[in-house]
Amino acid sequence: MAVLMNGARMLLECLVREGVECLFGYPGGVTLPFYDAMYDHPIRHVLVRHEQNAAFAAEGYARATGKVGVCCATSGPGATNLVTGLVDALMDSIPIVAITGQVSTKLIGSDAFQEADTFGITRSCTKHNYLVKNLKELPQIIHEAFYLASTGRPGPVLVDIPKDVFQGQGHYHPVSSIHLPGYKVYTEGHAGQIRRAAQMIWEAERPMVYAGGGIVAAGAAAELRELVEIIDAPAVCTLMGLGALPGDHPNFISMPGMHGSYAANMGMYSTDLLIALGVRFDDRVTGRLSSFAPHAKVIHVDIDPSEIGKNRAADLPIVGDVKRVLQKLNPLLRELEPELGERKAAARRAWWRQIRAWQQEHPLVPAFSDSEIKPQHVMVEIDRLSGGKAIVTADVGQHQMWAAQFIRFSEPRHWICSGGLGAMGFGLPAAIGAQLARPDKLVFAVLGDGGFQMSVPELSTIASYGLPIKIVVVNNGYLGMVRQWQELFYNNRLCAVELDCFPDAEKLAAAYGFKGRTVERPGELARALEEAVEEPGPYLLNIRVSPYENVYPMVPAGGAINEMVLGPPQPVPVPK
Amino acid sequence: MLQVISLLVENKPGALMRITGVLTARGYNIESLTVARTLDPTLSRMTIVVDVDPNLRALVIKQMNKLINVLQATDVTDDHRAVTREMVLLRVRAPLEKRTAVLKEAEIFGARVIDSSVEGFALEATGDPEKLDEFIGIMRSYGEFDIARSGVVALSLRPRRPRLSPPVPAPGETGADQTPGARNGQEVLRSGRRFEAARR
Repeated sequence: MAVLMNGARMLLECLVREGVECLFGYPGGVTLPFYDAMYDHPIRHVLVRHEQNAAFAAEGYARATGKVGVCCATSGPGATNLVTGLVDALMDSIPIVAITGQVSTKLIGSDAFQEADTFGITRSCTKHNYLVKNLKELPQIIHEAFYLASTGRPGPVLVDIPKDVFQGQGHYHPVSSIHLPGYKVYTEGHAGQIRRAAQMIWEAERPMVYAGGGIVAAGAAAELRELVEIIDAPAVCTLMGLGALPGDHPNFISMPGMHGSYAANMGMYSTDLLIALGVRFDDRVTGRLSSFAPHAKVIHVDIDPSEIGKNRAADLPIVGDVKRVLQKLNPLLRELEPELGERKAAARRAWWRQIRAWQQEHPLVPAFSDSEIKPQHVMVEIDRLSGGKAIVTADVGQHQMWAAQFIRFSEPRHWICSGGLGAMGFGLPAAIGAQLARPDKLVFAVLGDGGFQMSVPELSTIASYGLPIKIVVVNNGYLGMVRQWQELFYNNRLCAVELDCFPDAEKLAAAYGFKGRTVERPGELARALEEAVEEPGPYLLNIRVSPYENVYPMVPAGGAINEMVLGPPQPVPVPK
Repeated sequence: MLQVISLLVENKPGALMRITGVLTARGYNIESLTVARTLDPTLSRMTIVVDVDPNLRALVIKQMNKLINVLQATDVTDDHRAVTREMVLLRVRAPLEKRTAVLKEAEIFGARVIDSSVEGFALEATGDPEKLDEFIGIMRSYGEFDIARSGVVALSLRPRRPRLSPPVPAPGETGADQTPGARNGQEVLRSGRRFEAARR
């Protein structure tokens, strides 16, 4: 049943077999055969306005659904433009497959027009990458790429395809199996270790659940919630894990780390058992490692063995898929509860009293003002409109932290931001991917004025596909997070952080054919956001917020997480 | 102290780059690296000698094992059942009056003469890297001199079968589940699985 076709067509056959509905891309010289094959093929190609945004949109698609996002770019500049998105996906463990064109095999290495060593450049930006030298290998490699991207610890995989491979004719045989003998995925978790974990958990006096992006990747939110409720421990979700526990869950004490809540950080510092689930002890969470959770034993569950002990030694490592591990751990905890559950009950009640006291002492309270819009106020209004149900993508910086602090999510895959890489310009293209993946969802793209201007070209994509994304620019006229650091750590010597000449939002949106407006007074904010949500199409809302607001609490870089700066040290100076 | 890493890798383009990438990303300089085919021509055995921060050694091995093309990476630095050998080729200039002395020294170190001319000898010696250092030091004292070292090759005599993943069905085939996360369950690893059987 082998059918004669060219490589481009074969690639499409494989993509369809992988269940790909749409891909984000930008055509070019060497990918012409592929685009020609798409001409009369039902697969949906979304034309973005810059290849970097193709990768970010594929990530947004993947982050919103858990499915593999696909992006496509031409050789040379197309491929190099993908690099930031690939590293972003690698840092946050997001499954994407990138297809890049390459110059013909005969021309490789000759400095041909639009040639770049994509295979070499992206080696360290991907989980794995391929250069297809022979048409016969193509179907096998495509299925391997999807398999690698979506299993184990997910990540980006790039396939570089020369033009003559796209054009070459061959008999297409559907691939029957994938064999990667060296690809080691440990999913089940060691039964003995899981049993020991259950014991340790009941024996702890001050347990703390530390849940991260691994919970989202594994689809283990229900299991996490079950665990937290069985043992009734306080729980924190990292920036990547927000939504893993519902934002209004009584055991959820917000996000830990550099801009985490006081209770979360004090809890992490004081716990005697850290139950770390799908996390990597990132420096933005731990602060100074030597004083992170100094009294705690650590149970570390992760699918990637190289994460265990990387930053913090684990007293009890469990290598496995966190969903499967929790599916085994939870029944064991129930089984041991009658025997062990009461033993430390008094200490645990005292622990909860302490956590609640911390929460009351320094709650995460949004700032409000009658004279100017506080950025936190914006987040509170978005939270109200979302009710935990909207997808919120964020860019990187102050607004990202305020959004993480004040917008609550009832489910995973609703909070989408660039965590590990911190790539500005992520929020808007990610919203495009998320909205295409979830047309049923209300999608907010919450951006700073800096990140927005990095991704302005994508307004055209949004208009062209009629995506009803609510773009909320939290505009303080500064690169706010850098300004905050210059203010706090560089004697307020503000250098290259002022962003003046922000375009008129109403006119800018109108230029693309949709609605927009600027809001400056706190009294107008709620109504303006409601209007944006009621609008059936896209909406650009430019919100002028107080320019000198800082994100607190804050753990200074290299500081211990219990040594938070809780607010401005003195009235904020206004530079002249 | 130097770390000796032995790897069994798939003989594929880019595999070497991925492995050295784990080291070069941290700015480590590789002291020596050897790679050649094994009994199975699709696989290569690689030995790397590198100065790695002692705290990071285990992590480096884990990160190498994580690479798709690596079937097994092992730290054999402290493996008492591992043997390490290196070969050196020397060109030593030996005028008539020194020829006997040079040959005597070569014999002591078990080196073989592979070429002899009026100017001197080409010698071949194999052994422990430290022993070769001594040999080279002595030969150097005879005058004009050049060497080529092979780099260390290591082999552990401990029977350690790599854990290999069996094939999984491609999407659309019977048994293939395409829901996100579900494909994770298909690759159950069995330790001690016969290497040849797994590759078939």
